[in-house]
Amino acid sequence: MDLNCRCGRRAANVFISRLEAEPMEAPPKILLCGDTGISVEFGDAINPEINARVRNLFSTLKAERPPGILDLNPTYRSLFIQYDPAVCSFERLSQIIEEHTGKGPETGTEAAVVKEVPVRYGGEHGPDLEEVASFHGLSAGEVVRLHSAPLYRVYMIGFTPGFAYLGGLDERLHTPRKGEPRKIVPAGSVGIADRQTGIYPIDSPGGWQLIGMTPLKLFDPDREMPFLLEAGDFVRFTAITGDDFEKYSHR
Amino acid sequence: MRSIRIVEPGPLATVQDRGRYGYRSWGVPLSGAMDLQALRVGNLLVGNSEDAAAIEITLAGFRAEFLCDAHFALTGALGGGRLNGVPIKSWQAHRAGKGDIVSVDNPPPYPAAERGARGYGRAIGERPEDFDPPPLLREDFFPGGAGIRIYLAVSGGIETPPVMGSRSTYLRGGFGGHEGRALRAKDELALGASPGSSKTFPAPAELVPNYSHAPTLRVIPGPQDDRVSEEGKTLFFSRVYEITNRVDRMGLSLSGPVLDLPSGADIISDGTCPGAVQVHGNGQPTILGADSQTTGGYVKIACVISADLPLVGQLMPGDRVRFSKIDLWEARGIYLQNEYRIKTLLR
Repeated sequence: MDLNCRCGRRAANVFISRLEAEPMEAPPKILLCGDTGISVEFGDAINPEINARVRNLFSTLKAERPPGILDLNPTYRSLFIQYDPAVCSFERLSQIIEEHTGKGPETGTEAAVVKEVPVRYGGEHGPDLEEVASFHGLSAGEVVRLHSAPLYRVYMIGFTPGFAYLGGLDERLHTPRKGEPRKIVPAGSVGIADRQTGIYPIDSPGGWQLIGMTPLKLFDPDREMPFLLEAGDFVRFTAITGDDFEKYSHR
Repeated sequence: MRSIRIVEPGPLATVQDRGRYGYRSWGVPLSGAMDLQALRVGNLLVGNSEDAAAIEITLAGFRAEFLCDAHFALTGALGGGRLNGVPIKSWQAHRAGKGDIVSVDNPPPYPAAERGARGYGRAIGERPEDFDPPPLLREDFFPGGAGIRIYLAVSGGIETPPVMGSRSTYLRGGFGGHEGRALRAKDELALGASPGSSKTFPAPAELVPNYSHAPTLRVIPGPQDDRVSEEGKTLFFSRVYEITNRVDRMGLSLSGPVLDLPSGADIISDGTCPGAVQVHGNGQPTILGADSQTTGGYVKIACVISADLPLVGQLMPGDRVRFSKIDLWEARGIYLQNEYRIKTLLR
């Protein structure tokens, strides 16, 4: 484009104004985790925008599989990468990351995968539902409606295999943990603790307020797809009846 | 079917390989051998691929019977290995026939007087707490030598059904290895077809880590070293830290000079890895192990380089460590040199 001719200048102005119009996202920080790991940090807060950037880089690298990348772990605001320095140098890895981030809006739209999690609320499946309801001055039905309304974002999976950190719990349902944790919380239990809601993938001790249970088996090491949820998914809880519970049960 | 049978597992024996890759994003820890150098070299000595599964033995008291002819090697902590009661050298392949017993034994019993002083055979009438089993002391382990883990590599490799691509046992999750648990007496483990070419020479010294009761661990600072005060960092890189009793496959808790964290120990949970050194609210460090959780909400001041992870995997309560700073490029040189040596010296 010849900037000296009049139409060239006009074209240049349009080009420049387009650049200004598109938001330039700051490149992520690349932090060393020893000699075989790095953490690609996109920010220092828990919010959907930062998490989306983590998810995008994760999806891209997972699809492209650059040689030498051994494992990936998307978390709230950073992507952890395990790599083999004998196959891929740190410098090459930084270059790959730069190629996929920090140059204007991220390529690759976030494909919203919504996963429905059927939940039998209350009764023997949700022993703390009534307590949570009365704590907030709501009816059990209102708690169920507020809990099953939002589309929750899976920010990351950690703590134990298959445990999803969900974002988006309605403020009106923020409930403190139980004073005395239970020795066993059965797998599939859906609970609330402070501002978090989540599902226990395996039997474990826990202090969450249990409001329901899902018949789905979130984690099965022998299944071909061992995990039902992954980071970046969206989860919607749907209330089901007792009969449906048996029908849905994968156990 | 070629196989080996556990007679006595000792305090903890599990099937481990190089680890479970590809599932970290779902919260699945790496697991695998705490001393990867010992695992890999042991496998190569008996003609296996480095990735084959072996038995990770902890301390002494392990006993297994070969139900077929095989080559085997004991690597990791030195000493204690026996074949049919006869002491054998570590880091070297040996031949076993059907019915032979391989064991990792206690050092010879101490003289009676010393036993009494340590709590054996107490007189009746002493306080109840005196009947508690005495804590494992350093002398209970291999005389003089450092280390708590020994690897039994057998020709053909331990062939338990892979779970999510690996034979490593993840104890907390209850999957992998042999039925997802610690090995017990009478467990029979299948072996793969014999590869047929074990090495006739012992592992070259350059491949054996410098196990020590007081190692210096080389670390790369970060990712959150900026959360530690300058004084804290000076202490961390100069003082001795002692390994406490809290030692297991998830990690090792250390005790020593308090590291000051001006903005606290909490971070937004991010990815962790074995070898990362977390600092908790009490200013004490913890080195993460193979079974550590994949995400963590604590400041990480530094990460132990891969070449020194085998030293971490052999630390016992009472050992004392020092941390020394190293940069990525020097660490990479050390890593590449070891990889090259493994490829060329055990061909």
